[in-house]
Amino acid sequence: MPEFSAREMMIIAAARALRDEHNCFVGIGVPSVAANLARRLYNPSLMLIYESGCIGAKPTRLPLSIGDSELSDTSMTVVSVPEIFNYWLQGGKVDVGFLGAAQIDRYGNLNSTVIGDYDHPTVRLPGAGGAPDIAAFAKEVFVVLDQSVRSFVPELGFVTSVGHFAHGRTRHEWGLPGGGPTQVITNLGILVPNEGELELRWIHPSVELKDVRQHTGWDLKISPDLACTSEPEEWELKELRRLEER
Amino acid sequence: MARLIPLATAIAELVAPGSTVALEGFTHLIPFAAAAEIIRQRIGHLTLVRLTPDLVADWLIGVGLVDRLIFSWGGNPGVGSLHRFRDSVQQGWPRPLELEEHSHAGLVNRYVAGAAGLPFAVLRAYAGTSLNGIHPNIRSITCPFTGEELAAVPALNPDVGIVHAQQADRDGNVMIWGITGVQKEVILASKRSLVTVEEVVDEFGEHANSIRIPEFLIDAVAVVPGGARPSYASGYYDRDNDFYLAWDRIARDRDGFLAWIREHVERRADA
Repeated sequence: MPEFSAREMMIIAAARALRDEHNCFVGIGVPSVAANLARRLYNPSLMLIYESGCIGAKPTRLPLSIGDSELSDTSMTVVSVPEIFNYWLQGGKVDVGFLGAAQIDRYGNLNSTVIGDYDHPTVRLPGAGGAPDIAAFAKEVFVVLDQSVRSFVPELGFVTSVGHFAHGRTRHEWGLPGGGPTQVITNLGILVPNEGELELRWIHPSVELKDVRQHTGWDLKISPDLACTSEPEEWELKELRRLEER
Repeated sequence: MARLIPLATAIAELVAPGSTVALEGFTHLIPFAAAAEIIRQRIGHLTLVRLTPDLVADWLIGVGLVDRLIFSWGGNPGVGSLHRFRDSVQQGWPRPLELEEHSHAGLVNRYVAGAAGLPFAVLRAYAGTSLNGIHPNIRSITCPFTGEELAAVPALNPDVGIVHAQQADRDGNVMIWGITGVQKEVILASKRSLVTVEEVVDEFGEHANSIRIPEFLIDAVAVVPGGARPSYASGYYDRDNDFYLAWDRIARDRDGFLAWIREHVERRADA
């Protein structure tokens, strides 16, 4: 059995989730690593879309930002930023949106704006960027983040991006056309929504249920169909490491 | 009609203290040289508009020239926090920073409405988020045709729009290729505009994904080779990713930041 880190497991699980998808709107960081890995390993025709307007990017190395020349030089087309948001995202052309966040709650709402009071924040985070639009319009959203009591919180101080239920209404009642988060992929397992609330559906190899509970800031529901994520294969790890080395 | 003038003259003429200045460039073609000139001329009390206030905003905020920031994402792309921005929001150093915060779609559409001469733009965003209600520039409107509740943001017409581009011709027409961001919308929406360029050419070549901006929409063109560094200019130079990584350390500390600005911005005259 090959050795692997929790981070590698998370990235490979996220990449596997893109196996049958047509296109994916990619943010930088883990989402970009996972999407590029998916294109290499399981889904060579996966179309990567970046908010800088790069559509059909085929980077040979991982970009540091969403607008590196590696993306625009390898794209099928590059459109303006108004076009990517108005026509592509809002226009409903995106299958999967891939998001990270600082915090998530049980309904899959995400905070990437502030920790603490908005006017006097304890931590000022970068803010929304394209996240609320991705969360609103992509047909489904995959969220990737490390699981801890600091990130998996009972209540968000600020809802940057809407999951399944926020501020007293469902996403349908808010008029959001996209499907919302369908998978939350962490270093410990994979959570999926059941009637709008996230429950643990898969647990990663050698992680125990009590670890997952301990790293969740609310009383986490466990799916009756809970199963174990299959271990990363040698060839998956090899390609991931090769990708991150470049 | 665009005039080809030196950068220092253009900044002195176009950027007044207290004005609303849009500095755009979506990762690509960020007008760093123009921002450096604003710092050398100490033009303050600015409202800075930028979708992604990154290092260029950290410079201006950190030296205390910005009173108000209209933005949608303030970070060091792929690296992490923007320390001068954070310090001004969390600690009020060197001065408190008033924020008007949007999502990318919201701010992009403020420019689009500004360019189109409309009072506001309509979009299907913000519903259910906490961004609704944090400032008066996100409101709702009922569609007169379907009755749907939608978001409205007011037009944005900056006093000055500043962008960097690859080339101008001798008449001051401008050509941009690669990631074109909101470059066109900013120039069309702004009351006055400045484009810094890598070079002046006799004739434009052909490039995939290019846009051209006619000279009559531009007030001044200044030739500043390398004017987008440490960001990049497709066809001229690459993004200095090492510098973006190094900035995390440089900007973390107030004194270190100020020393860096003195050494690398204030003591360096423009080309």
